[in-house]
Amino acid sequence: MAGAVRRYSENVHEHFQHPRNVGSFKKGEEHVGTAIVGKAACGDVIKLQVKIEEGVIKDAKFKTFGCGSAIASSSYATELIKGKTPEEAMQLKNTDIADYLKLPPVKIHCSLLAEDAVRHAIEDYQKKYPGVTEATIAADEGPTSHQQQMGAA
Amino acid sequence: MALRACSSAVARGSLQLPQSFPVLSALLAPAARRIGARAFCSLHSQAAINGEVVGDGGATLEVNPPPSQRATPLTPEKRPAFMDYQSTTPIDPRVVDAMMPLYTQMYGNPHSRSHVFGWEAEDLVEKAREQVADLIGAKSKEILFTSGATESNNLAIKGVAAYYGNKKKHIITTQIEHKCVLSSCRSLQEKGWDVTYLPVDQDGLISLSELEGAIRDDTALVSVMMVNNEIGVVQPVKGIGDLCRKKKIFFHTDAAQAHGKIPIDVDEMNIDLMSLSAHKIYGPKGVGAIYVRSKPRVRLVPVIDGGGQERGMRSGTLPAPIIVGFGKACQVAKEEMDNDRRHVERLAKRMEDGIIKALPDVTLNGSKLHRYHGNMNLSFAYVEGESLLMSLRGVAVSSGSACTSASLEPSYVLRAIGVDEELAHTSIRFGIGRFTTDEEVDECVKVVVQEVRRLREMSPLWELAQEEKEGGEKTAMVWT
Repeated sequence: MAGAVRRYSENVHEHFQHPRNVGSFKKGEEHVGTAIVGKAACGDVIKLQVKIEEGVIKDAKFKTFGCGSAIASSSYATELIKGKTPEEAMQLKNTDIADYLKLPPVKIHCSLLAEDAVRHAIEDYQKKYPGVTEATIAADEGPTSHQQQMGAA
Repeated sequence: MALRACSSAVARGSLQLPQSFPVLSALLAPAARRIGARAFCSLHSQAAINGEVVGDGGATLEVNPPPSQRATPLTPEKRPAFMDYQSTTPIDPRVVDAMMPLYTQMYGNPHSRSHVFGWEAEDLVEKAREQVADLIGAKSKEILFTSGATESNNLAIKGVAAYYGNKKKHIITTQIEHKCVLSSCRSLQEKGWDVTYLPVDQDGLISLSELEGAIRDDTALVSVMMVNNEIGVVQPVKGIGDLCRKKKIFFHTDAAQAHGKIPIDVDEMNIDLMSLSAHKIYGPKGVGAIYVRSKPRVRLVPVIDGGGQERGMRSGTLPAPIIVGFGKACQVAKEEMDNDRRHVERLAKRMEDGIIKALPDVTLNGSKLHRYHGNMNLSFAYVEGESLLMSLRGVAVSSGSACTSASLEPSYVLRAIGVDEELAHTSIRFGIGRFTTDEEVDECVKVVVQEVRRLREMSPLWELAQEEKEGGEKTAMVWT
């Protein structure tokens, strides 16, 4: 069987051996956006979930059926988007992932799929919770929340 | 003296090669552990006779290098268990034994007619030719040496086509042949030949009635491989041979994976042309042979022209050392065939039981009945092949997954037997052979079970399947 010797970068190996954020949120858990992208027949399926609270991606989880690059790409993607706002996360480009992981050309599509997964997960959240954006949350909660934070600190 | 030293060393359980053979000692150490040290005694004593032994004459041959030695590519200890016997095989120490003198002393060109260097090389080559012929029930003169099975396949197909091309225009082969057969057929199609690529059933076997139906008046050749390299299925070779003989059509078989593993008799099986490969039967790399029947005579147009060696059929200086190695490998294979078969079957059962008992949703690809047991192609549902390969540290195997091939398409063999694309991406091929140990099989089973479980935990497809089993509805997937 033909097979090129695939020497992945250290970053890919790191994310493959110790993937971050593997798992799923509980079924029916609130404020979760889910996306399953890809095609099993092509050997790449990424399920990505985001939990958005207070206008920020509080947590992200993924499960991937795919090669080392696909797993690493999705793992790194969840790391990148945690703590960002949905708008910021939508700015994520596959090149951010591909450059960090130093993906070979034949594996670039894995990073594209991860980018797709992030996009669709956030869109899914926005479909389920329409109109809930950072701006409206800030307007709703206003000084009360700020005071609470100051109090806590 | 060296021999006595060797045998006492054997009794102690350790033998140490002198410093002058660092490559050889690394090469032979793992094999020595498995088959015992008789071969090394003869090697060692030869070295002693030639005055090449350094240090104390009763030197010990260390089978396990001391831990203080830095791990290098040649140090056995740090390397994974080799479970990829279809890609190639480790050379048998008895074969190295037979080849060494041709590198160190008898290095002549077998076509040199005027001196002893040539004569002795020629004698050794002819002896090897007999050994190759003997393993398959052929005559010496029907064996032509080539660079390997790929060249033999090219010669068989293109050679027959070129010779019989004015009367014949059709070739029949299968969809699961090795790439070199398929490529050779394709190149003939470009020259105006018709080629029928017979499909195979879910077991990977062709249908004899379909073959008969495909035969035309202008069919020159039927080419069907004996044992498939990806999934290990064995085709009904006797039936094919009988049919072709009846219809007076040449029958060629690529026997690279079958040779030395299952008994072959070219007369009983009515085979007219056969491709053989040395490095698949514990012989050296870079040499093979083609069997060409003399009665009824098969004519070929050579692919390689030159000085007229091998009856004009394949020019080029015969590489005597590796031909001698090939011959020895054939002789050893004939002696060891039954033992090898029992060994491989036992270990294959051990591996299959170990994996299937521990993991659900694992499929063996190809016929359970008509197979060579040393080749196990397993599909692990919901786990992608390349990620599994990456996880299987400590075990060297190969995959039918697209990710590991140059294109993104899954194996054409798996597709031909009807494995759906999703499952084809999950396939791994395990190869077992003469030197595989129980420990390696157990380690392999342990690692496979562990990693498949880990990757399934990470797999959305596994999650979905579990939910379905627990009575949930099938989630709609967004295919992008």
